[in-house]
Amino acid sequence: MLLVNMTGIALIALIIWWFWLYQPKEVEIGNDDLVVIVENGSYQPPRIRIPADQSAKLQFIRKDPSPCAETLVLPDLEISESLPLNKIKTIEIPPLAAGEYDFHCQMKMYRGSLKVE
Amino acid sequence: MNRPHIHTHSGQAQHCHEGNDTPAPSQTLRIEGASCASCVAKIEHALKSVPGVQSAEMNFADRTVTVTGGASGALLIHAVEEAGYGARTLSGASEEDSLEEREQADRAYYRRLMLNMGIALAVGAPLMVYGLFIGEMTVTTSAERVAWLVVGVVTFGVMVFSGKHFYTGAWQSLMNHSANMDTLIALGTGTAWFYSMVVVLLPSLVPDMARHIYFEATAMIIGLINLGLALELRARGKTSAAIKRLIGLQPRTARILRDGEEVDIAIGDVLMDDIVRVRPGEKVPVDGEVLEGHTAIDESMLTGEPMPVEKAPGDALSAGTINKTGSVLFRATRVGSETALARIIAMVKRAQNSKPPIGRLADTISAYFVPTVMIIAVLSALAWLNFGPEPALAFAIVSATTVLIIACPCALGLATPMSVMVGVGKAAEAGVLIRNGEALQTASKLTAMILDKTGTITLGSPKVTEVVLLSDQSEDEVIRLAASLESGSEHPLALAIQETAKERGLQIDKVGGFKATTGQGIEGNVLGRHLLLGNEKLMKERNIGFQQHLESVGKLAREAKTPMLLAIDGELSAIIAVADPIKEDSLAAIHRLQGDGLRVVMLTGDNRATAQAVADRAGISEFYAEVLPEDKAEKVAELQMQGELVGMTGDGINDAPALAMANVGFAIGTGTDVAIESADVTLMRGSLHGLADAIAVSRATLRNIKQNLFGAFIYNVAGIPIAAGVLYPVFGVLLSPIIAGAAMAFSSLTVVSNANRLRLFKAQENSRGQA
Repeated sequence: MLLVNMTGIALIALIIWWFWLYQPKEVEIGNDDLVVIVENGSYQPPRIRIPADQSAKLQFIRKDPSPCAETLVLPDLEISESLPLNKIKTIEIPPLAAGEYDFHCQMKMYRGSLKVE
Repeated sequence: MNRPHIHTHSGQAQHCHEGNDTPAPSQTLRIEGASCASCVAKIEHALKSVPGVQSAEMNFADRTVTVTGGASGALLIHAVEEAGYGARTLSGASEEDSLEEREQADRAYYRRLMLNMGIALAVGAPLMVYGLFIGEMTVTTSAERVAWLVVGVVTFGVMVFSGKHFYTGAWQSLMNHSANMDTLIALGTGTAWFYSMVVVLLPSLVPDMARHIYFEATAMIIGLINLGLALELRARGKTSAAIKRLIGLQPRTARILRDGEEVDIAIGDVLMDDIVRVRPGEKVPVDGEVLEGHTAIDESMLTGEPMPVEKAPGDALSAGTINKTGSVLFRATRVGSETALARIIAMVKRAQNSKPPIGRLADTISAYFVPTVMIIAVLSALAWLNFGPEPALAFAIVSATTVLIIACPCALGLATPMSVMVGVGKAAEAGVLIRNGEALQTASKLTAMILDKTGTITLGSPKVTEVVLLSDQSEDEVIRLAASLESGSEHPLALAIQETAKERGLQIDKVGGFKATTGQGIEGNVLGRHLLLGNEKLMKERNIGFQQHLESVGKLAREAKTPMLLAIDGELSAIIAVADPIKEDSLAAIHRLQGDGLRVVMLTGDNRATAQAVADRAGISEFYAEVLPEDKAEKVAELQMQGELVGMTGDGINDAPALAMANVGFAIGTGTDVAIESADVTLMRGSLHGLADAIAVSRATLRNIKQNLFGAFIYNVAGIPIAAGVLYPVFGVLLSPIIAGAAMAFSSLTVVSNANRLRLFKAQENSRGQA
């Protein structure tokens, strides 16, 4: 029984670490060639790094027909756009101060972030 | 390729040069035939060499190019064509196409979900019936093992065919260190299947009593959740009905005059300055200015104003409105994404996707929701294993699975956006444009509403109603002098006097030494005579005796007229009374606002007596008179200091500071020429009923959001512990994972359906929201 309980507690610790504590790597935005794929409940890549004080273009392509994936929201920038299915949609990002800016679907189930530095 | 016929036309020259102060206009062109990234430089170069173009930036992914500068569309298209590509202006028509595409995609997705559901339930339902009424879902003999193994493999087939999207989604987000609804479904159904397979293949690992099979749960849950998603997709389609209706207003073709002939062309090919013909019964294709003909236009789709509006040469037309009576020719002034209709659509879309602060808590919870549920599932399994009765392992598996399945982050996440979507759309149908979710929420909580008098309660077009002569000057002479003095002013009262002079055919003379004193009046010299025109304050200050005429001044004011005193060379010579009639429905609309519990306050620069008379007629008991324009914002602040949440309604231009100071600023306009986006809420209709509608719609929406959030919270807060088995020690009940699957599938459907109830909301006089 002790073993079972230990396993359970280890599992909980793993959940906390994996979902909340771990900081995944960002992908740097290149020469307009980065396309974020919206599919299967996630943005690929989910974390994008862009330079500070420069405008940038983010391209999204939605391959998931679920209506959940349709809306892309950048709450800090008051951007809210519908992503068409299987078509690239470009989102203009104005020059930003350094910091983290989240983007997500309407319900925050799809989540990603922009790291500006 | 359908390219527009290129020609130059006379109106073009004025677009090539412009002042430096105003921001350069920009237009967006759709580029055709650009197949490689190297085309970009070529196209941009071609556009930049067009005179007047300041910058040209191409978005290769979208195949669009944004050009700033004052060059006409025809020249730009010509330049792109010279470079070897095709171009056309972007229009709302492409929007409609993409809407159709989207609906098609939705229909295909719906069919797929229903098929998924059918397959999964076809496997799950017979198993469930067997387990409930016929046999035991356990493994005892080796024949049973083989039979269950076959069922397990079939269930795996269901998982792959009908549930693949849950598992791939769960895996992808797991790899991204995030979790969503897919994670919960995949874990729940996966656990049930995996445990059952262990029971079938390695029964020795499981205690006798716990050798229970849950394949039916896996198949049923997958089927039910697919059904829920399909029904939700259907219901969601309805939430965007308002925006679809707006997009549908845009006609697909326009009849334009080119080289002396009328030709039908695609709406996207209409250029600025094109001459367009609209016949009775047709929709106006782009924004423009009437050149020839008279007609009545139905603008109700944009403004909510039911009465058709008369149009004559010089008047503005808006895309999407319907020409009722006459055939007119007009010059296109705004095309593509620049038309009022296109901007309304863009604003409504943006507002529909924005979130009021009330939704933020739900957002914060959503972010932590799924991992928390996973932890609760583990804890619940541990509790059963440690303290549960036999078969503890089976109970642990059932409770963990049920917790994972019943938790529904979707209902929580959908609660706010769905209602905002329907509410903002509904408001737009009534001619009320709400800028964002925050404005919507604040509007619902307002406790006081300040109304500017001129143009808000009244029509805003004052007329001279009478002239009281106090010297031997003739009436025409008085009007002529006053109009000359006022000739430089754009004050509404000045315009009234100028209008009268024009009607009477009076000559306007030059004015010298003009000086205006805010809140008092003006002075100047006309034909060698020194004139003073203004209120009693001005006369008092200049020591001009008017005491003997106080009675006439007071009488005019009590009739809701504004008396203006005219002194010639230091002698009071006449009183000119100007009246601005109250809008027909102001009284009823103000009653509606008061009925909603709002403290209604009127602001005006007029004298006290006139203000009192107007307030009486409009049913307002509280007002501030003689308020200088720059002090309006201060009055807003004053009310805020008293603890009121203040809405301010005014014309959006003169009242801009007060609108900005208010908790919610309402810009009231007449027709589509109102400055869209100039305030938190734009009322396209001149009637104050639009304001009452805005308040009613925002309250109904907030009420709906609260119902949704409450429902979703309660559902999760009650459902998860029940699933974990808190009722078991007392009542001996443990929820079945299948019931949990059904509950979860229908919880988000309930939220969307409740939001759809807002569609029943009726704007218009004397009606109340029902949601």
